[in-house]
Amino acid sequence: MKIVLQNLTKVFPSRNKKSNEEVVAVSDLTFTIPDGKLVGLLGPSGCGKSTTLYMISGLQKPTGGQIFFGEDDVTSLSPENRGVGLVFQNYALYPHMTVKQNILFPLQNLKGADKLDKNTMLERALEAARLVQIDELMDRKPSELSGGQQQRVAIARALVKMPRVLLLDEPLSNLDARLRLQTREEIRRIQRETGITTIFVTHDQEEAMSISDVIVVMKLGVVQQIGKPQTVYDNPVNLFVAKFLGTPPINVFKANVKGGKLYISGEAVLDVPGVCDRDVFAAIRPEGFVPDDNGAMTCSLSSIEVMGRDVSIVSKNEAMLTPTIRSIVDADYKVSASAQSVKFNLKPHKVFIFDSETEERIYFGNQTAPETGI
Amino acid sequence: MKNFLQKIKFDQWKAWIYLSPAIVLLLIFTVWPIFNTLRMAFWNGYGLFKELGGELQFEFGIKNFKWVVGYGGFLDCLKNTMLLTVLTVPLSTILALVIAVSLNAIKPFQRFLQTIFFLPYVTNSIAIGMVFEAMFNIVGFGTSNPSYGIINNILGVFGVDPINWINAGSGYWANIAVLVIYIVWNALPFKILILLGGLQSVNKQYYDAAKIDSTPRLRVFTKITVPLLSPMIAYVVITGFIGGFKEYSSIVGIFGDDMHAVGGESLNTMVGYIYKQLGENHEGDASAAALILFAIIFVVTMINMYVSKKKTHY
Ligand SMILES: Nc1ncnc2c1ncn2[C@@H]1O[C@H](COP(=O)(O)OP(=O)(O)O)[C@@H](O)[C@H]1O
Ligand SMILES: [Mg+2]
Repeated sequence: MKIVLQNLTKVFPSRNKKSNEEVVAVSDLTFTIPDGKLVGLLGPSGCGKSTTLYMISGLQKPTGGQIFFGEDDVTSLSPENRGVGLVFQNYALYPHMTVKQNILFPLQNLKGADKLDKNTMLERALEAARLVQIDELMDRKPSELSGGQQQRVAIARALVKMPRVLLLDEPLSNLDARLRLQTREEIRRIQRETGITTIFVTHDQEEAMSISDVIVVMKLGVVQQIGKPQTVYDNPVNLFVAKFLGTPPINVFKANVKGGKLYISGEAVLDVPGVCDRDVFAAIRPEGFVPDDNGAMTCSLSSIEVMGRDVSIVSKNEAMLTPTIRSIVDADYKVSASAQSVKFNLKPHKVFIFDSETEERIYFGNQTAPETGI
Repeated sequence: MKNFLQKIKFDQWKAWIYLSPAIVLLLIFTVWPIFNTLRMAFWNGYGLFKELGGELQFEFGIKNFKWVVGYGGFLDCLKNTMLLTVLTVPLSTILALVIAVSLNAIKPFQRFLQTIFFLPYVTNSIAIGMVFEAMFNIVGFGTSNPSYGIINNILGVFGVDPINWINAGSGYWANIAVLVIYIVWNALPFKILILLGGLQSVNKQYYDAAKIDSTPRLRVFTKITVPLLSPMIAYVVITGFIGGFKEYSSIVGIFGDDMHAVGGESLNTMVGYIYKQLGENHEGDASAAALILFAIIFVVTMINMYVSKKKTHY
């Protein structure tokens, strides 16, 4: 079932009556989530991701705008009647119930025509437990489970009633790094197997990129860009999105365009046809640097880190706005660690330039704006 | 090293000195009376002969206990106490739970209503007893023109004939009903306070999760609220039982020192019995009764703790 958000807005009234500082948690959010897709809602802490999720679930009422499930307008529907599954950030498993009781709980609430008999309920619960591989732990209490296991129970509880929509609020934030990696693959697998339209909230761009069909990047309640992860990575619409995606992060420089050439620290580093003269921010992905003794861009070498397949060259440049310049090059390339400086050529499709005022993208050469929508 | 040891010793002495006022008071007013109670309880006939002025030697034995248990009045007191406890503890706990949950659910006037519900706690129980007496009383009872209290007037609105709650010739169960209402009323604020505190510390996300899962209201209450509150409920029940077994002032407040309606059955309780024995210089019997009361409270509390441990563990 597809989900449509239309001009969705949430304003929280100010906490104390004296100041009129309202918090606009979500502002004019409009996008469509196609049926059966996994959407990653991505943005820094406090940008309104949870609020968006809670509005979709019905736990919070939007200040403006509409929410559609399929063709149904559910904006004023209470959470009880929306049929969504929600996995809370800290799971909210009932501490006094066993895993089995927790998973059975939503089923026991079914009424009327949906009512199930005991055996069917047990079967469904076991099925959900198997899906998330916790069927061995059915008689434990949540306090007797590890974080990862609790998270799976929460997913099983959300899935067992076969919701129309599955919502996950930073479900991996409480897990250690290894478990996080493993569990996010599992969420992906479960979503594929069930085909339930899923929204996955995270502030970790790598997490969102790795499992989402589509990512929605938000900043201060406003959507910045929507698209396939690779598309958004390859073609960010503004500096915020470019900086937010990618590890190691993109390298940003103060630069200017003159006569169709991009200048960084006074060096013409790249042809940028079609751009008139102006001050810009230039952002270069780590993999956009090609070391070349006759390269156009000169940086002073700080260190070289060899990490198996790749070599990471850490350097500096007076125009840089990030703490260091990190470039990732093929291990075949040999740089003398004793060298003072290193020269690069730039791959044009890994270089993005942005207006120095609005931080909006300026397309040059054969770069074109990404297709909007999904 | 030696200095270090001396320092410890000195610090310990300081601690003892700081504690000593409390310890002395405890010794005088708690430890000694407990010891004395034990002694008097097992001195056959203690008190009775003391009154006669003789320097008699008392025999050690359990005669006082035998006498107390064998005496019918004591068994009546035990029955009254048990009855009041068994009726009031569940009633007040359930009522307090419902009120606490309702109070927690409403946003406007919450503070104000909390204060109102808390008032009985800071009001003297004898004073409340007297107000209750006025509410149930019939002034000019037996005359041609009796004036009924507010309760009978309210019942009258619903077409119920006036009931003789506490006046001369009133029945035992009418008396007990009044006492139960009074005791429950008196016990509510403390219980509400504790339960409300518990409710307000329950993570709101459990309720959000329940909403998402379309849980009906009553089921939220029985399956989520009550279990999550169970430690507080257990506390309230245990202290309720202890308080119930020590019931005394409520009966004095309504029925006076005699602890019965005029011509009515005795409403005396265990603590009332103990006071009465003391008043008649039967210190041995009073001590024996006090020890029996202690034993009952101890056993009931143990049972309570055992049950609540099984029910509240999570
Ligand atoms: N109940 C609330 N009352 C007032 N402000 C809130 C409330 N919930 C969230 N906010 C504010 O709304 C903004 C977005 O919050 P949230 O959606 O939780 O962000 P995220 O989940 O992306 O970290 C934040 O600035 C937060 O302080
Ligand atoms: Mg959040």
